Amino acid sequence: MNHRVIFRSVGTVLCIEAACMLPSLLVAFIYREAAAVSFAISIFILSAAGFALLSIKTPITRIYPRDGFAVVALSWIFVSVFGALPFMLSGSIPSIIDAFFESASGFSTTGASILRDVESLPKSILFWRSFTHWMGGMGVLILMIAILPSVNPSIINIMKAESTGPSPGKFVPKIRQTAEILYIIYVLLTAINVVLLLAGGMPLYDALLNAFGTAGTGGFSIRNASISAYDSVYIETIITIFMFLFGVNFTLYFMVFKRNIKSFLCDEELRFYLGIVLSAIVIIVINIYNTVYQSVGESIRYAAFQVSSVITTTGYATADFNTWPVLSQIILILLMFIGANAGSTAGGIKCIRVLLLFKIIKREIARINHPRAVQTVKLNGRIVDEETLSGTMAFFFFWILIFSLSVLLVSLESKDLITSTTAVIATLNNIGPGLGMVGPTGNYADFSVFSKAVLSICMIVGRLEIYPIMLLFVPSFWKRSSI
Amino acid sequence: MKIIIIGDGKLGYNLAENLSNEDNDITIIDKDPEALKKAGEYLDVMCIKGNGLSTQTLLEAGIKEADLLIAATASDEINMVCCLTAKKLGAAHTIARIRDPEYADELEQLKTDLDLDMVINPEQIVASEIARLIEFPPAANVEIFAKGRVVMMEIKVTPNTTIVNMSLNNITKRSNSDILIGGVLRNDSVVIPNGDFIIRENDTIYIIGQPAKVVQFCKYIGIHIQKIKSVMIMGGGRIGYYLTKYLNEMEIKVKIIEKDPERCVELTELLPKTLIICGDGTDESVLLSENLENMGAFISVTGRDEENIIAALLAKQYGVKKAISKVNRAAYSIVIDKMDIDSVVIPKQITANYILRYVRGLQNALGNPVDALYRIMDNMVEAIQFTANKHTKFLDIPLKDLNILEGILVAAIVRKNEIIIPHGNDVIKADDNVILIVKDKKLTDLNDIIESRE
Repeated sequence: MNHRVIFRSVGTVLCIEAACMLPSLLVAFIYREAAAVSFAISIFILSAAGFALLSIKTPITRIYPRDGFAVVALSWIFVSVFGALPFMLSGSIPSIIDAFFESASGFSTTGASILRDVESLPKSILFWRSFTHWMGGMGVLILMIAILPSVNPSIINIMKAESTGPSPGKFVPKIRQTAEILYIIYVLLTAINVVLLLAGGMPLYDALLNAFGTAGTGGFSIRNASISAYDSVYIETIITIFMFLFGVNFTLYFMVFKRNIKSFLCDEELRFYLGIVLSAIVIIVINIYNTVYQSVGESIRYAAFQVSSVITTTGYATADFNTWPVLSQIILILLMFIGANAGSTAGGIKCIRVLLLFKIIKREIARINHPRAVQTVKLNGRIVDEETLSGTMAFFFFWILIFSLSVLLVSLESKDLITSTTAVIATLNNIGPGLGMVGPTGNYADFSVFSKAVLSICMIVGRLEIYPIMLLFVPSFWKRSSI
Repeated sequence: MKIIIIGDGKLGYNLAENLSNEDNDITIIDKDPEALKKAGEYLDVMCIKGNGLSTQTLLEAGIKEADLLIAATASDEINMVCCLTAKKLGAAHTIARIRDPEYADELEQLKTDLDLDMVINPEQIVASEIARLIEFPPAANVEIFAKGRVVMMEIKVTPNTTIVNMSLNNITKRSNSDILIGGVLRNDSVVIPNGDFIIRENDTIYIIGQPAKVVQFCKYIGIHIQKIKSVMIMGGGRIGYYLTKYLNEMEIKVKIIEKDPERCVELTELLPKTLIICGDGTDESVLLSENLENMGAFISVTGRDEENIIAALLAKQYGVKKAISKVNRAAYSIVIDKMDIDSVVIPKQITANYILRYVRGLQNALGNPVDALYRIMDNMVEAIQFTANKHTKFLDIPLKDLNILEGILVAAIVRKNEIIIPHGNDVIKADDNVILIVKDKKLTDLNDIIESRE
């Protein structure tokens, strides 16, 4: 455990966060808002803290896996805490825990809000709120790797700790180039999204913020009625499609760029993802047609948006699915757990893990038939090593464990069953809206301080896929010579 | 450059490490996921698990855009086929490791037939390196430039040498010999000295010049040189075999000690003139009964580092003047430096230097070719030889008028039959071989030594 290297890296991240506040400061100037001062102060505090940490000198530069986990976990906690500063300083969200909740929700791309009236906030504050989605979506540390001038090879351990999926890795030899390519794809897709939204008649400010929310699969809205406020089929279609696209593994876009269309189309995870989305839409359409909506077209419009929003863990809403039939609600809850692809900006367990779990089950059943058969689990024609398989199973159990414990903690304040469980589901899987009081039209304002803290932690734990944060709670992890 | 390395063994890993540090894009292919794991974690390279022979794997690794493929698996035949396939698929250059002595005589033929750009035989390279050390006994390390017309010797300054506490200017004046001290290693830090630099006890100095002049200088400073006439080699593997051949050419008598009786029989066939002893080289009685103490040099080149080191120490104990030991693990060399072993050779580093030279040469395909590249003083300094040609921007300008970057020393200029240890008024002409000592930089072109004016 090398504390110096870890805190130095955290210092770099804080400096980057300070730089990322500059656009919001600019917005505050453009709209001549008083919030400009709060941004200026936040930037000052962040850079001061950042440079103070950067002044730590260390001869060692090697980052071991455990250091990578520590850097990621601490960076995310620090970034969320400091990200709450503008909310508090501007007086938009005066309570500390509320501001932290909102900031954690932003960076973890959850989109759960404690605000009852979003539209009353200053525009620059809303801009910052949505921009945290965009930063958190692809990852703050990956941004750091992409812009740092020199990178030592062991920084891969930071990238691995922040990326999602069972076995994240590089797709070009240089780690820095990998990070750059990821961000280039990310920026490009976001830009296309903005242009298409502008074409639908959305004002630039709204288009940018909605695109940030879509790209990071976050879901903070700048209207109280979320996307339904625009009431435009075109805008809803664009956002539906882009939410889906941001849920795809970014490595696959790189394949397309390399004209390797075949591996894009034949990717098993992508097909699984597409299959789930389409079947969920079909079932929900059948379920809500005639019961909630009167025309097939309307049913498809709302079903597709909600499915795409929930499986990619974005959390935008155009319909209040609190009023939908139970079957549709259960399907949406299942989709919340599944999430989109590994290597995307989405949260949840991820399609690839669910797919692997299914394959493991299949193998277990086949083993009863042929006890001596040698069977390997394959993905895209390649053998998945046993380490990854057992890792996936352990991860699934860990996920369910965290979920159960959090529900237990939240249930202390005796909200109803649906609200308590779906609040945890929606935060752990980084979606945002759940059912009951936290449904698409509700918010998290009524929870106690304790529950808000639990849910905030859930969001970061979910975004970082458990292990980094859990490692912080292991005492030996903090010892210099851990035994 | 995009480089694909097949085989993540000792050589493959070392190459990947060196080449990726020089900012190349490296992809490693290996069948063994365990081997790849280490590379994936410690190096900035991409690892692909698969068979380097399969077209599918090669395509996945991006063979079409690859500038270079290096096949370094354990099998010569696989390496050859890999390179052949790679060329067919569009790799620009290929390097194969072929080390079986059976192929050694047909290497040139194989090179043309398989369209290989370079063949490396690490054991042969290591053997020739050791042979050079035997040729210049006082040196801990010898590197050659311009086909052996210039050498660079590493010598440790002992208290009884005459140059202790003298400045370089003084030394050149008194010795009146045309050599250059190009680098000094003192307490783990590297100095490229100027005239006022004063040599102290325990410095390691690098002397550059014509072989005869360097030897003469050594004599002057009080290092006694006695030609080695007999050598005992422990380990009859491939290095032992090649080394014996080289030493026989130098008319040195060789005795090989080898453990494995079958290998001994093989060796008697391969090396009819050499005395082959079947026995354990770490066994004192075996060494003594073969009168170790009268040997000119002892060289241990078995496959086990520990045995090599112990045997070399034993030899020193019994008064052998020069003991050379082969060590595979580079980390051991730090420990050995403090021991009484004269020279240590690390095969993977020597081989990596060979390939690095080739890669640097590729990088400046249009500029001035790299003829030799050695990394000395724990890889902190490079000695590199370029050929000046019409692309060189500073021909015929006196060196004192050139704005040569700090940390670069023009050590020698080889012009036809003349060897110049340059002074301020000397110039570089086209077709000269220029030998440079470079600290903390990685040169790929001769033009990089002057401050660019852009």
